[in-house]
Amino acid sequence: MISVGKQFDVVVVGGGPAGLAAAVCASEQGARVALVDDNPKLGGQIWRTGLVDAGKELADWSRRLISGGVEILSGARVFDGPRPDIVRAETDQGLLAIGYRKLVLATGARERFLPFPRWTLPNVMGAGALQAFVKSGFPIAGKRVVVAGTGPLLLAVAAYLRGKGAEIAMICEQASRASLATFSLSLLGHRQKIAQGLSLRKELAGVPFRTSCWPIAAAGNGVLKAVLISKGANFQKIDCDFLACGFHLVPNTELPALLGCRLRDGFVEVDRLQQTSMPGVYCAGEPTGIGGVELSVVEGQVAGLAAVGREDAAERLFGEGRKLRKFAHALERAFALRPELKSTCLPETIVCRCEDVTYARLKPYSSWRAAKLQSRCGMGPCQGRVCGPATEFLFGWAQDSVRPPVFPTRIESLVVSASEAEQPIVH
Amino acid sequence: MPEQITVAINGSSVVVPAGVTVAAAMALAGVPCRTSATGEPRGALCAMGICFECRARIDGVPHRRSCQIRCSAGMQVSTDD
Repeated sequence: MISVGKQFDVVVVGGGPAGLAAAVCASEQGARVALVDDNPKLGGQIWRTGLVDAGKELADWSRRLISGGVEILSGARVFDGPRPDIVRAETDQGLLAIGYRKLVLATGARERFLPFPRWTLPNVMGAGALQAFVKSGFPIAGKRVVVAGTGPLLLAVAAYLRGKGAEIAMICEQASRASLATFSLSLLGHRQKIAQGLSLRKELAGVPFRTSCWPIAAAGNGVLKAVLISKGANFQKIDCDFLACGFHLVPNTELPALLGCRLRDGFVEVDRLQQTSMPGVYCAGEPTGIGGVELSVVEGQVAGLAAVGREDAAERLFGEGRKLRKFAHALERAFALRPELKSTCLPETIVCRCEDVTYARLKPYSSWRAAKLQSRCGMGPCQGRVCGPATEFLFGWAQDSVRPPVFPTRIESLVVSASEAEQPIVH
Repeated sequence: MPEQITVAINGSSVVVPAGVTVAAAMALAGVPCRTSATGEPRGALCAMGICFECRARIDGVPHRRSCQIRCSAGMQVSTDD
């Protein structure tokens, strides 16, 4: 195990739209910049590439990244920030100590999963997850897919999968038709979003789309065979090969919280320049509020410029940011989770998939911490990233403090990390 | 037709399109990624390195997140731990 020290003016954590924009903007001002990303390739979840579908936007940002001389550290998972000027990351090759003057956190979001009976069957996946599979080259042609949950991602995923030859058996959106209608009105003034909506409608022509509808159980023996969806007070069984299911997005705030950034209502608190409560630490994109790719790019640019002292240039983007944030609020209202979703679990339904903790075992507890200590809920390798947001919705439990390492890390890395914590890093 | 490569999953040869992740290859082969604490078969859930449901032994290294790793020809994948 080698520990390599590297020093930069600006370190950006996260290679999605916000992180790419931040790294590019800072580097174009002459700063020495590193972009650290967990995934094997840049682009984050939304611009995820594979051998297929390499996006134009990603290509443009990547070109600027390279001409700006940004050092790209892919496949590097940041697990700790032992001092206010370094973060530590683990890679397949070893441990990195990455020194910074300014830090931009662009850690993105993940899908929210809600438990329902048998949701642990193989081939019940996140909506974005199945899309990621297909983007990597997984052949979906001829497979029957039910897309369920909530949020605009469902339509985008359904259209993508259909374009790759999947049969979309049904799209189930838990929000009501009335909330969707209100949401559509809020799109007025967002020409790009209206165009996206119309294009999706065309791509999904003929696909059954049901509102006020959600999965109530998955069925199958060892692998998914069918899904039961709600139909008023009744249910309907739909045979399928995959259930692509996500209940909007949850921000990845673990690293910002670990570094001491203040959260408010579950999101990282930032000022107009994307500066967090920690001096020199900026946050951009979904962790500051779920707002979509366009807002992430704006926030990333603001953070990148602010981190190198170009507040004047950053300010020019404020108007665009404000407009997009209004859209984000409309999104949040339209796709708010309905309370009926709290009652889809049966006593034996697994809520914590890492430790197989059931709904019945969790119900007696009054807090996340008590449940963790007594039932092992949230104590597995995902560290509560899946069951935490689920129990927050089901039982109203707030998550408590985050401790290092923010990801499961090899013992060897922890030992090296601890033994070097007091030493200056190599320049 | 994308290029096809061969990997071994639990000792059986599986032909998959080049570029797919190991988790996707396991779904293609119909092999669950792991067995849960109470013995349930599990496959990938998030496909973005968060949920750890897809962890498997890849080329001898245990507990790797198979959704974050692309298949390469001759790769050995095992779901025994």
